[in-house]
Amino acid sequence: MKGNFFSTRWGIVGVGASIGLLAPLLQKLGNPANMGICVACMERDIAGSLGFHRAAVVQYLRPEILGFVLGAFLSALAFREFRPRGGSAPVARFLLGVCAMVGALVFLGCPWRALLRLAGGDGNAILGLAGLATGIWIGTLFFKGGYSLGRSNAQSVSVGLLLPILMGGLLLLRIIYPPVEGQPSSGILFYSLQGPGAAKAPLLISLGAGLLIGILAQRSRFCTMGGIRDLILFRQWHLFSGMIALVVVAWVVNLILGQFHPGFEKQPVAHSQHFWNFAGMMVAGLAFALAGGCPGRQLFMAGEGDNDAGIFVLGMIVGAAVAHNFGLASSPQGIGAHGITAVVLALAACLFIGFTNLKKA
Amino acid sequence: MADKTLDARGLSCPQPVLLLMENMKKMGRGSIEVVVDTITSRENVVRAAAMEGWKVSQEEESDQGYKILLEK
Repeated sequence: MKGNFFSTRWGIVGVGASIGLLAPLLQKLGNPANMGICVACMERDIAGSLGFHRAAVVQYLRPEILGFVLGAFLSALAFREFRPRGGSAPVARFLLGVCAMVGALVFLGCPWRALLRLAGGDGNAILGLAGLATGIWIGTLFFKGGYSLGRSNAQSVSVGLLLPILMGGLLLLRIIYPPVEGQPSSGILFYSLQGPGAAKAPLLISLGAGLLIGILAQRSRFCTMGGIRDLILFRQWHLFSGMIALVVVAWVVNLILGQFHPGFEKQPVAHSQHFWNFAGMMVAGLAFALAGGCPGRQLFMAGEGDNDAGIFVLGMIVGAAVAHNFGLASSPQGIGAHGITAVVLALAACLFIGFTNLKKA
Repeated sequence: MADKTLDARGLSCPQPVLLLMENMKKMGRGSIEVVVDTITSRENVVRAAAMEGWKVSQEEESDQGYKILLEK
Protein backbone atom coordinates (compact mmCIF):
# COMPACT_ATOMS: atom_id res chain seq x y z
CA MET A 1 0.00 0.00 0.00
CA LYS A 2 1.26 3.44 -0.87
CA GLY A 3 3.77 4.76 1.65
CA ASN A 4 3.13 2.15 4.32
CA PHE A 5 5.32 -0.93 4.15
CA PHE A 6 3.66 -2.35 7.26
CA SER A 7 0.31 -2.78 5.55
CA THR A 8 1.84 -4.99 2.85
CA ARG A 9 1.95 -8.80 3.12
CA TRP A 10 5.61 -8.70 4.22
CA GLY A 11 4.82 -5.90 6.62
CA ILE A 12 2.14 -7.85 8.46
CA VAL A 13 4.29 -10.99 8.44
CA GLY A 14 7.15 -8.96 9.91
CA VAL A 15 4.93 -7.58 12.66
CA GLY A 16 3.55 -11.05 13.51
CA ALA A 17 7.10 -12.37 13.61
CA SER A 18 8.21 -9.50 15.88
CA ILE A 19 5.42 -10.27 18.34
CA GLY A 20 6.34 -13.97 18.07
CA LEU A 21 9.91 -13.05 19.01
CA LEU A 22 9.15 -10.57 21.79
CA ALA A 23 6.50 -12.62 23.65
CA PRO A 24 8.68 -15.67 24.47
CA LEU A 25 11.53 -13.29 25.36
CA LEU A 26 9.27 -11.44 27.79
CA GLN A 27 8.42 -14.83 29.27
CA LYS A 28 12.12 -15.64 29.57
CA LEU A 29 12.67 -12.28 31.28
CA GLY A 30 9.99 -12.90 33.89
CA ASN A 31 6.46 -12.87 32.47
CA PRO A 32 4.27 -15.93 33.20
CA ALA A 33 4.64 -19.11 31.15
CA ASN A 34 3.02 -19.04 27.70
CA MET A 35 1.91 -15.54 28.67
CA GLY A 36 4.69 -13.35 27.37
CA ILE A 37 1.81 -11.28 26.10
CA CYS A 38 -1.87 -11.84 26.76
CA VAL A 39 -4.19 -8.88 26.41
CA ALA A 40 -7.00 -10.49 28.42
CA CYS A 41 -4.76 -11.77 31.23
CA MET A 42 -2.83 -8.52 31.41
CA GLU A 43 -5.99 -6.40 31.57
CA ARG A 44 -7.24 -8.80 34.24
CA ASP A 45 -4.00 -8.22 36.17
CA ILE A 46 -4.49 -4.46 35.81
CA ALA A 47 -8.02 -4.78 37.22
CA GLY A 48 -6.49 -6.68 40.14
CA SER A 49 -3.72 -4.15 40.73
CA LEU A 50 -6.35 -1.41 41.00
CA GLY A 51 -8.39 -3.48 43.44
CA PHE A 52 -11.38 -3.94 41.11
CA HIS A 53 -11.12 -7.61 42.04
CA ARG A 54 -9.11 -9.13 44.86
CA ALA A 55 -7.86 -12.41 43.40
CA ALA A 56 -4.46 -12.31 45.10
CA VAL A 57 -2.56 -14.22 42.40
CA VAL A 58 -3.46 -11.96 39.47
CA GLN A 59 -2.63 -8.42 40.51
CA TYR A 60 -0.08 -6.41 38.56
CA LEU A 61 -0.33 -3.19 36.60
CA ARG A 62 1.07 -4.64 33.37
CA PRO A 63 3.16 -2.01 31.55
CA GLU A 64 2.78 -3.89 28.23
CA ILE A 65 -0.91 -2.90 27.95
CA LEU A 66 -0.13 0.74 28.73
CA GLY A 67 2.65 0.56 26.12
CA PHE A 68 0.28 -0.85 23.50
CA VAL A 69 -2.06 2.14 23.76
CA LEU A 70 0.68 4.74 24.16
CA GLY A 71 2.78 3.26 21.32
CA ALA A 72 -0.22 3.22 18.99
CA PHE A 73 -1.03 6.78 20.08
CA LEU A 74 2.49 8.06 19.33
CA SER A 75 2.55 6.21 16.02
CA ALA A 76 -0.86 7.58 15.01
CA LEU A 77 0.30 11.10 15.89
CA ALA A 78 3.58 10.73 14.01
CA PHE A 79 1.90 9.44 10.86
CA ARG A 80 -1.07 11.81 11.05
CA GLU A 81 -3.48 8.97 11.66
CA PHE A 82 -4.81 10.15 15.02
CA ARG A 83 -8.53 10.56 14.32
CA PRO A 84 -10.82 11.06 17.33
CA ARG A 85 -14.06 9.20 16.64
CA GLY A 86 -16.79 7.34 18.49
CA GLY A 87 -20.46 7.25 19.36
CA SER A 88 -21.40 3.91 17.79
CA ALA A 89 -23.54 2.03 20.32
CA PRO A 90 -21.21 2.56 23.32
CA VAL A 91 -23.15 0.44 25.84
CA ALA A 92 -23.36 -2.48 23.40
CA ARG A 93 -19.61 -2.24 22.85
CA PHE A 94 -18.98 -2.04 26.59
CA LEU A 95 -21.05 -5.20 27.14
CA LEU A 96 -19.29 -6.97 24.27
CA GLY A 97 -16.04 -6.13 26.06
CA VAL A 98 -17.40 -7.64 29.29
CA CYS A 99 -18.57 -10.80 27.44
CA ALA A 100 -15.28 -11.11 25.59
CA MET A 101 -13.33 -11.03 28.86
CA VAL A 102 -15.69 -13.47 30.59
CA GLY A 103 -15.27 -15.94 27.70
CA ALA A 104 -11.52 -15.43 27.51
CA LEU A 105 -11.12 -16.07 31.24
CA VAL A 106 -13.01 -19.36 30.96
CA PHE A 107 -10.37 -20.45 28.43
CA LEU A 108 -7.61 -18.49 30.21
CA GLY A 109 -6.29 -16.30 27.45
CA CYS A 110 -7.00 -13.96 24.59
CA PRO A 111 -6.39 -14.96 20.94
CA TRP A 112 -2.76 -13.80 21.27
CA ARG A 113 -2.23 -16.11 24.23
CA ALA A 114 -4.07 -18.93 22.47
CA LEU A 115 -1.45 -18.66 19.71
CA LEU A 116 1.39 -18.38 22.23
CA ARG A 117 0.07 -21.37 24.20
CA LEU A 118 0.05 -23.38 20.99
CA ALA A 119 3.60 -22.23 20.26
CA GLY A 120 4.58 -23.37 23.75
CA GLY A 121 3.17 -26.86 23.14
CA ASP A 122 -0.11 -26.49 25.06
CA GLY A 123 -2.56 -28.73 23.19
CA ASN A 124 -5.53 -27.19 25.02
CA ALA A 125 -4.97 -24.11 22.89
CA ILE A 126 -6.23 -26.08 19.87
CA LEU A 127 -9.68 -26.26 21.50
CA GLY A 128 -9.52 -22.55 22.31
CA LEU A 129 -8.51 -21.63 18.77
CA ALA A 130 -11.26 -23.87 17.33
CA GLY A 131 -13.75 -22.11 19.61
CA LEU A 132 -12.37 -18.72 18.58
CA ALA A 133 -12.77 -19.55 14.89
CA THR A 134 -16.30 -20.85 15.49
CA GLY A 135 -17.30 -17.69 17.35
CA ILE A 136 -15.86 -15.52 14.59
CA TRP A 137 -17.65 -17.65 11.99
CA ILE A 138 -20.95 -17.01 13.81
CA GLY A 139 -20.01 -13.32 13.75
CA THR A 140 -19.53 -13.42 9.96
CA LEU A 141 -23.07 -14.83 9.62
CA PHE A 142 -24.34 -11.76 11.44
CA PHE A 143 -22.33 -9.48 9.16
CA LYS A 144 -23.70 -11.26 6.09
CA GLY A 145 -27.18 -10.68 7.51
CA GLY A 146 -26.55 -6.93 7.72
CA TYR A 147 -25.34 -6.62 11.32
CA SER A 148 -24.08 -3.16 12.23
CA LEU A 149 -23.75 -1.19 15.44
CA GLY A 150 -24.14 1.99 13.41
CA ARG A 151 -21.72 4.64 12.30
CA SER A 152 -19.20 6.38 14.50
CA ASN A 153 -18.76 10.14 14.23
CA ALA A 154 -15.84 12.51 14.49
CA GLN A 155 -15.18 13.57 18.08
CA SER A 156 -13.18 16.38 19.65
CA VAL A 157 -9.44 15.96 20.06
CA SER A 158 -9.80 15.93 23.84
CA VAL A 159 -12.23 13.00 23.69
CA GLY A 160 -9.80 11.07 21.49
CA LEU A 161 -7.04 11.77 23.98
CA LEU A 162 -8.91 10.38 26.99
CA LEU A 163 -7.82 6.74 26.83
CA PRO A 164 -4.16 7.51 26.04
CA ILE A 165 -4.20 9.98 28.97
CA LEU A 166 -5.78 7.34 31.21
CA MET A 167 -3.05 4.86 30.27
CA GLY A 168 -0.40 7.54 30.84
CA GLY A 169 -1.91 8.13 34.29
CA LEU A 170 -1.73 4.42 35.10
CA LEU A 171 1.91 4.40 34.05
CA LEU A 172 2.52 7.28 36.41
CA LEU A 173 0.89 5.26 39.24
CA ARG A 174 3.16 2.32 38.43
CA ILE A 175 6.19 4.62 38.72
CA ILE A 176 5.01 6.38 41.90
CA TYR A 177 4.04 3.09 43.62
CA PRO A 178 6.58 0.46 42.52
CA PRO A 179 6.38 -3.08 43.90
CA VAL A 180 7.96 -3.53 47.33
CA GLU A 181 9.66 -6.87 48.03
CA GLY A 182 7.35 -9.12 50.06
CA GLN A 183 4.52 -6.57 50.26
CA PRO A 184 1.06 -7.24 48.76
CA SER A 185 0.50 -3.55 48.06
CA SER A 186 2.33 -0.33 47.41
CA GLY A 187 0.40 2.90 47.83
CA ILE A 188 -2.92 2.37 46.09
CA LEU A 189 -1.71 -0.52 43.90
CA PHE A 190 -1.98 -4.21 44.73
CA TYR A 191 0.81 -6.64 43.87
CA SER A 192 0.71 -10.43 43.75
CA LEU A 193 3.31 -12.23 45.86
CA GLN A 194 2.76 -15.53 44.08
CA GLY A 195 1.07 -16.93 40.99
CA PRO A 196 1.05 -15.42 37.51
CA GLY A 197 0.62 -11.89 38.89
CA ALA A 198 4.01 -12.16 40.61
CA ALA A 199 5.75 -13.20 37.37
CA LYS A 200 6.89 -10.08 35.60
CA ALA A 201 9.62 -8.83 33.32
CA PRO A 202 11.44 -5.63 34.43
CA LEU A 203 9.37 -2.44 34.02
CA LEU A 204 11.44 -0.83 31.27
CA ILE A 205 11.59 -4.01 29.22
CA SER A 206 7.84 -4.60 29.52
CA LEU A 207 7.07 -0.99 28.70
CA GLY A 208 9.57 -0.90 25.83
CA ALA A 209 8.18 -4.08 24.29
CA GLY A 210 4.64 -2.73 24.71
CA LEU A 211 5.51 0.58 23.04
CA LEU A 212 7.29 -1.17 20.16
CA ILE A 213 4.41 -3.57 19.56
CA GLY A 214 1.95 -0.66 19.85
CA ILE A 215 3.79 1.20 17.11
CA LEU A 216 4.18 -1.85 14.84
CA ALA A 217 0.60 -3.01 15.28
CA GLN A 218 -0.80 0.47 14.70
CA ARG A 219 1.12 0.73 11.44
CA SER A 220 0.20 -2.77 10.26
CA ARG A 221 -3.39 -2.97 11.66
CA PHE A 222 -2.44 -6.38 13.14
CA CYS A 223 -5.61 -8.16 14.30
CA THR A 224 -6.02 -11.81 15.22
CA MET A 225 -9.82 -11.82 15.03
CA GLY A 226 -9.62 -9.99 11.71
CA GLY A 227 -7.20 -12.62 10.39
CA ILE A 228 -9.70 -15.42 10.90
CA ARG A 229 -12.70 -13.27 9.93
CA ASP A 230 -11.21 -12.10 6.63
CA LEU A 231 -10.23 -15.64 5.75
CA ILE A 232 -13.80 -16.87 6.33
CA LEU A 233 -15.55 -13.85 4.84
CA PHE A 234 -13.30 -12.86 1.92
CA ARG A 235 -10.84 -15.78 1.50
CA GLN A 236 -8.22 -13.12 2.23
CA TRP A 237 -4.96 -14.25 3.85
CA HIS A 238 -3.47 -10.84 4.62
CA LEU A 239 -4.01 -10.55 8.40
CA PHE A 240 -3.97 -14.34 8.86
CA SER A 241 -0.42 -14.49 7.50
CA GLY A 242 0.63 -12.27 10.42
CA MET A 243 -0.87 -14.78 12.86
CA ILE A 244 0.95 -17.68 11.20
CA ALA A 245 4.23 -15.74 11.44
CA LEU A 246 3.55 -15.12 15.15
CA VAL A 247 3.02 -18.82 15.91
CA VAL A 248 5.95 -20.08 13.85
CA VAL A 249 8.45 -17.58 15.24
CA ALA A 250 7.21 -18.00 18.82
CA TRP A 251 7.49 -21.78 18.44
CA VAL A 252 11.09 -21.54 17.17
CA VAL A 253 12.07 -19.08 19.92
CA ASN A 254 10.42 -21.33 22.53
CA LEU A 255 12.41 -24.29 21.20
CA ILE A 256 15.64 -22.31 21.42
CA LEU A 257 14.86 -21.05 24.94
CA GLY A 258 13.70 -24.47 26.17
CA GLN A 259 10.15 -23.21 26.66
CA PHE A 260 8.41 -25.76 24.39
CA HIS A 261 6.62 -28.49 26.37
CA PRO A 262 4.11 -30.40 24.26
CA GLY A 263 1.05 -31.97 25.91
CA PHE A 264 -2.39 -31.33 27.36
CA GLU A 265 -1.93 -31.95 31.08
CA LYS A 266 -0.22 -29.66 33.59
CA GLN A 267 0.25 -26.85 31.08
CA PRO A 268 0.98 -23.47 32.72
CA VAL A 269 -2.05 -21.35 33.65
CA ALA A 270 -4.35 -23.66 31.70
CA HIS A 271 -6.95 -26.38 32.28
CA SER A 272 -7.99 -29.37 30.18
CA GLN A 273 -11.78 -29.10 30.21
CA HIS A 274 -11.94 -29.27 26.46
CA PHE A 275 -15.56 -28.29 25.93
CA TRP A 276 -15.26 -25.20 28.11
CA ASN A 277 -11.98 -24.17 26.52
CA PHE A 278 -13.84 -24.31 23.23
CA ALA A 279 -17.03 -22.63 24.48
CA GLY A 280 -15.25 -19.84 26.36
CA MET A 281 -13.28 -18.81 23.31
CA MET A 282 -16.33 -19.19 21.06
CA VAL A 283 -18.10 -16.54 23.11
CA ALA A 284 -14.99 -14.34 23.12
CA GLY A 285 -14.57 -14.78 19.34
CA LEU A 286 -18.17 -13.79 18.71
CA ALA A 287 -17.82 -10.73 20.94
CA PHE A 288 -14.57 -9.65 19.21
CA ALA A 289 -16.19 -10.11 15.78
CA LEU A 290 -19.30 -8.13 16.70
CA ALA A 291 -17.12 -5.35 18.12
CA GLY A 292 -14.81 -5.27 15.08
CA GLY A 293 -11.44 -6.23 16.53
CA CYS A 294 -9.44 -8.57 18.75
CA PRO A 295 -8.52 -7.23 22.21
CA GLY A 296 -5.09 -6.12 20.98
CA ARG A 297 -6.54 -4.30 18.00
CA GLN A 298 -9.05 -2.57 20.28
CA LEU A 299 -6.15 -1.19 22.33
CA PHE A 300 -4.35 0.06 19.20
CA MET A 301 -7.52 1.68 17.82
CA ALA A 302 -8.10 3.28 21.22
CA GLY A 303 -4.62 4.78 20.86
CA GLU A 304 -5.65 6.18 17.46
CA GLY A 305 -8.48 8.10 19.15
CA ASP A 306 -11.26 5.53 18.63
CA ASN A 307 -13.62 5.85 21.60
CA ASP A 308 -15.69 2.86 20.51
CA ALA A 309 -12.58 0.73 20.91
CA GLY A 310 -11.82 2.55 24.18
CA ILE A 311 -15.19 1.64 25.66
CA PHE A 312 -14.63 -2.01 24.63
CA VAL A 313 -11.28 -1.95 26.48
CA LEU A 314 -12.95 -0.55 29.60
CA GLY A 315 -15.62 -3.25 29.24
CA MET A 316 -12.91 -5.90 29.21
CA ILE A 317 -11.29 -4.51 32.37
CA VAL A 318 -14.66 -4.41 34.16
CA GLY A 319 -15.39 -7.89 32.74
CA ALA A 320 -12.23 -9.16 34.43
CA ALA A 321 -13.40 -7.75 37.76
CA VAL A 322 -16.83 -9.35 37.28
CA ALA A 323 -15.23 -12.67 36.32
CA HIS A 324 -13.04 -12.83 39.42
CA ASN A 325 -15.53 -11.33 41.88
CA PHE A 326 -18.30 -13.77 40.96
CA GLY A 327 -16.35 -16.99 40.40
CA LEU A 328 -16.68 -17.00 36.61
CA ALA A 329 -12.98 -17.25 35.77
CA SER A 330 -11.21 -20.58 35.39
CA SER A 331 -8.05 -21.63 37.18
CA PRO A 332 -5.58 -24.46 36.47
CA GLN A 333 -8.00 -26.64 38.50
CA GLY A 334 -10.76 -26.08 35.93
CA ILE A 335 -13.67 -23.77 35.29
CA GLY A 336 -14.97 -21.47 38.03
CA ALA A 337 -18.00 -22.19 40.23
CA HIS A 338 -20.24 -20.12 37.96
CA GLY A 339 -18.22 -20.51 34.73
CA ILE A 340 -20.95 -22.41 32.91
CA THR A 341 -23.64 -19.85 33.76
CA ALA A 342 -21.23 -17.12 32.67
CA VAL A 343 -20.63 -18.70 29.25
CA VAL A 344 -24.38 -19.15 28.68
CA LEU A 345 -25.24 -15.60 29.74
CA ALA A 346 -22.38 -14.03 27.77
CA LEU A 347 -23.38 -15.99 24.66
CA ALA A 348 -27.00 -14.90 25.13
CA ALA A 349 -25.92 -11.26 25.45
CA CYS A 350 -23.81 -11.46 22.27
CA LEU A 351 -26.63 -13.13 20.35
CA PHE A 352 -29.09 -10.50 21.59
CA ILE A 353 -26.79 -7.70 20.41
CA GLY A 354 -26.24 -9.54 17.11
CA PHE A 355 -29.87 -10.31 16.29
CA THR A 356 -31.23 -6.92 17.35
CA ASN A 357 -28.76 -5.03 15.14
CA LEU A 358 -29.46 -6.71 11.82
CA LYS A 359 -30.20 -3.67 9.67
CA LYS A 360 -31.27 -5.48 6.53
CA ALA A 361 -33.66 -7.93 8.14
CA MET B 1 -19.13 10.74 -12.08
CA ALA B 2 -18.93 7.19 -10.78
CA ASP B 3 -21.62 4.61 -11.60
CA LYS B 4 -22.05 4.07 -7.88
CA THR B 5 -21.06 5.95 -4.72
CA LEU B 6 -20.63 4.13 -1.41
CA ASP B 7 -20.45 6.07 1.85
CA ALA B 8 -18.66 3.81 4.32
CA ARG B 9 -17.65 6.55 6.73
CA GLY B 10 -17.92 5.60 10.39
CA LEU B 11 -18.52 1.93 9.71
CA SER B 12 -16.28 -0.46 11.64
CA CYS B 13 -14.47 -3.46 10.18
CA PRO B 14 -15.40 -5.40 8.07
CA GLN B 15 -18.44 -3.41 6.93
CA PRO B 16 -16.74 -1.07 4.41
CA VAL B 17 -15.18 -4.04 2.59
CA LEU B 18 -18.42 -6.06 2.75
CA LEU B 19 -20.33 -3.15 1.25
CA LEU B 20 -17.76 -2.79 -1.52
CA MET B 21 -17.57 -6.54 -2.23
CA GLU B 22 -21.34 -6.74 -2.51
CA ASN B 23 -21.40 -3.90 -5.04
CA MET B 24 -18.38 -5.08 -7.03
CA LYS B 25 -20.02 -8.49 -7.42
CA LYS B 26 -23.38 -6.95 -8.36
CA MET B 27 -21.88 -4.58 -10.94
CA GLY B 28 -19.23 -6.84 -12.45
CA ARG B 29 -17.49 -3.83 -13.95
CA GLY B 30 -17.79 -0.07 -14.10
CA SER B 31 -16.76 2.60 -11.60
CA ILE B 32 -17.37 2.86 -7.87
CA GLU B 33 -16.53 5.78 -5.61
CA VAL B 34 -15.95 4.76 -2.01
CA VAL B 35 -15.75 7.27 0.83
CA VAL B 36 -14.15 6.11 4.08
CA ASP B 37 -12.94 8.01 7.14
CA THR B 38 -9.98 6.00 8.41
CA ILE B 39 -6.70 5.00 6.85
CA THR B 40 -7.38 1.38 7.85
CA SER B 41 -10.63 1.33 5.88
CA ARG B 42 -8.84 2.96 2.95
CA GLU B 43 -6.18 0.25 2.92
CA ASN B 44 -8.76 -2.51 3.31
CA VAL B 45 -10.89 -1.12 0.47
CA VAL B 46 -7.92 -0.81 -1.90
CA ARG B 47 -6.71 -4.33 -1.00
CA ALA B 48 -10.15 -5.89 -1.51
CA ALA B 49 -10.60 -4.05 -4.82
CA ALA B 50 -7.23 -5.28 -6.07
CA MET B 51 -8.22 -8.84 -5.14
CA GLU B 52 -11.26 -8.55 -7.40
CA GLY B 53 -9.28 -6.94 -10.25
CA TRP B 54 -10.48 -3.36 -9.72
CA LYS B 55 -7.99 -0.50 -10.04
CA VAL B 56 -7.71 2.77 -8.12
CA SER B 57 -8.03 5.46 -10.77
CA GLN B 58 -8.27 8.47 -8.49
CA GLU B 59 -7.83 9.24 -4.83
CA GLU B 60 -8.50 12.30 -2.72
CA GLU B 61 -7.74 12.95 0.93
CA SER B 62 -9.55 15.58 2.96
CA ASP B 63 -10.51 16.32 6.57
CA GLN B 64 -13.58 14.15 5.99
CA GLY B 65 -11.51 11.13 5.04
CA TYR B 66 -10.61 9.42 1.78
CA LYS B 67 -12.46 9.36 -1.52
CA ILE B 68 -11.34 6.45 -3.70
CA LEU B 69 -12.47 5.97 -7.30
CA LEU B 70 -12.29 2.33 -8.38
CA GLU B 71 -12.66 1.09 -11.95
CA LYS B 72 -12.79 -2.20 -13.81
